[in-house]
Amino acid sequence: MKQADLILQNARILDPERGLDTVGDVVIRHGILETVGSRAPSPEECPDLEVMDAGGKWVVPAWVDMHVHLREPGEEYKETIETGTAAAVAGGYGAVACMPNTRPVNDTAAVTDFIRRRARQEGYCRVYPVGAISKGLEGKELAEFGELRQAGAVAVSDDGRPVMDSLLMRRALEYAQAFDLVVISHAEDLHLAQGGLMNEGAVSTRLGLRGIPAASEAVMVARDLLLAELTGGTLHIAHVSTEASVRLIRDAKSRGVRVTCETAPHYFTLTDASLEGFDPVFKVNPPLRSQRDLEAVRQGLADGTIDVVATDHAPHSSLEKDTEFEYAANGMIGLESALPLVLQLIRDGIGGPLEILAKVTCNPARILGIPMGSLRAGTPAHLTLIDPEQEYVIDAGTFHSKARNCPFHGWPVKGRAILTIVDGVVRYPF
Amino acid sequence: MAFVRKDLLGIRDLSSEEIQTILDTAESLREINLREIKKVPTLRGKTVVHLFYEPSTRTRTSFDVAAKRLSADTYSIATSTSSMVKGETFLDTIKNLEAMGPDVFVIRHSASGTPHRIAARTSASVINAGDGMHEHPSQALLDMLTIRQKRGRLEGLNVLIVGDIAHSRVARSNIWGLTKMGAHVTLCAPPTLLPAEAASLPVRVSHQLDTVLGAADVIMVLRLQKERQGQGLLPSLREYAVFYGLDRKKLEKARDDVLIMHPGPMNRGVEISPDVADGPHSVILDQVANGVAVRMALLYLLVHREVPPVRG
Ligand SMILES: [Zn+2]
Repeated sequence: MKQADLILQNARILDPERGLDTVGDVVIRHGILETVGSRAPSPEECPDLEVMDAGGKWVVPAWVDMHVHLREPGEEYKETIETGTAAAVAGGYGAVACMPNTRPVNDTAAVTDFIRRRARQEGYCRVYPVGAISKGLEGKELAEFGELRQAGAVAVSDDGRPVMDSLLMRRALEYAQAFDLVVISHAEDLHLAQGGLMNEGAVSTRLGLRGIPAASEAVMVARDLLLAELTGGTLHIAHVSTEASVRLIRDAKSRGVRVTCETAPHYFTLTDASLEGFDPVFKVNPPLRSQRDLEAVRQGLADGTIDVVATDHAPHSSLEKDTEFEYAANGMIGLESALPLVLQLIRDGIGGPLEILAKVTCNPARILGIPMGSLRAGTPAHLTLIDPEQEYVIDAGTFHSKARNCPFHGWPVKGRAILTIVDGVVRYPF
Repeated sequence: MAFVRKDLLGIRDLSSEEIQTILDTAESLREINLREIKKVPTLRGKTVVHLFYEPSTRTRTSFDVAAKRLSADTYSIATSTSSMVKGETFLDTIKNLEAMGPDVFVIRHSASGTPHRIAARTSASVINAGDGMHEHPSQALLDMLTIRQKRGRLEGLNVLIVGDIAHSRVARSNIWGLTKMGAHVTLCAPPTLLPAEAASLPVRVSHQLDTVLGAADVIMVLRLQKERQGQGLLPSLREYAVFYGLDRKKLEKARDDVLIMHPGPMNRGVEISPDVADGPHSVILDQVANGVAVRMALLYLLVHREVPPVRG
């Protein structure tokens, strides 16, 4: 594949890892970032480089989504590594970490290896597999973390399901330390959540849909924080959606517990009021919560309690979604709608550009220990050119994902990725 | 006066004027049920499809009688399982039925919101005949009609709803309807049978039946499903009957002219004792009779989108 030889002139360069926010040029030669920020040589001096006037648009590290479901192997009718990564680069992402709830489950080196191989052959961006915590995601025996790590897994998680057995979670947090793996917790007490279809509260009462109390998440967040403290393990809480979870994590961080966490655009943008029409596109787990939870999540993003915005991109076909609300599958796609919603946080004053962009670049890269999320000269170029002012209406019909279960279809938004470079190669536009 | 609605999905969407119109229409159509030949040609040539995904002889029969008295053609499709089970998608089912050219779908489904999903996909009118734990609008309308007949009004009355409110679509529809019509609603149940954030509803809430019984003009007793015990919501049906079952002894604290209602089917001896169910305060059979009148009114109003002419 052709390595980029490119000068991006007059860009606003934002590199949250270094706290860099400057206007200047970016020079990429043979796919390597040559200079970042200083004035580029004139085009006459380097006729081998293509010149592009960025016109003040933003050059940022390619985004990193540490929580996606690519559905391959096993559910290729929903998404494949090819289509999922195409969606990723179209959305401004240069790397995704894919959850292990595939068929078969990614609980062995062979499956991790398969995913990495497919990604190299057909992927548009980097793919970092997340291995299972327990064999078969059954919550009984630990998966082989060492072999998973050797094959390329960057974290372990039973995402989609919680680890209900506290002893197993303790062992996971201990054993993972031998292989320098972060344990990603899908925090949900299945007994408390039992049979629930949406957030428990005034809206679930009006709609007559069984509720999932906020406590079903927070109870497990509290448990996992205690276990992280007990074991000294590295814990990451996935898709934080409740006020109590934010409070518990904030408190644990202040006491030095090794914990990080993420939320998703739908938890800081939508509430359970969206379910009034019984449209399964809004059905997701954890469920869309109350306004109060939404505000607490935004506060957690503002004060740094929440380190990462991940999409929890969860593709489903109409078979799973175009059905009675009760029987519909949980999950929303997010790779091609996240960028304008994350930029909206900046416009809403939740944080400055560097603080917010850190949550989709260097922070997830640091948590996963992957060489992404920065714009250092001398490294392979992974960058996204963003037009922060472009206004348009989200149209799921134009997505590169196979799935259409996007709750933001039809939303007027602002901000779009117009160029995504991964490993020195222009991967978007295609 | 026009009645401009394609569907009747819930009471929560209705204005008090619309509820008034439905009750008045039901009252005027009730006269047909007293005739020797209980049939008028007003829906001749119209097709009503009963789509019952949950067994319910009572409600289906009531809708069917209502449709036939208005001379509509009716078809019943009863299926106890979700369409998913058959491998046919939910929308395939609707598209197939739509091809029959029905004017009205009457839908009962165990999953809340299903009539709404269908209504959005069909040009036919949809009547919600009970969806999950969400709403059962025709039941609430017949309850309100019954109270209005017995008391002459709804405004200002104290209505006490006792029992498994959390799982009850009848309770939800009645809460919206009664409060829109100016009645005061009190819910009484153990906390495990109350919905989350019950205080967000326009009601008062009590856990002690004895303390709220005396003020009630109407007591609505809800069916208690036996599986609530197995679900851990109650220690035993026996204890439930002791504290929340309506029996003659508890009734001594109630007003002399109190009305006792029950949406049926009853668990006699659990939520209501047989002597109370069959006693002088009970209007349970009036409820059944009014069910047909209310459902005739709904079919009439949704098909014609106007109220029937006043009979001279
Ligand atoms: Zn999860």
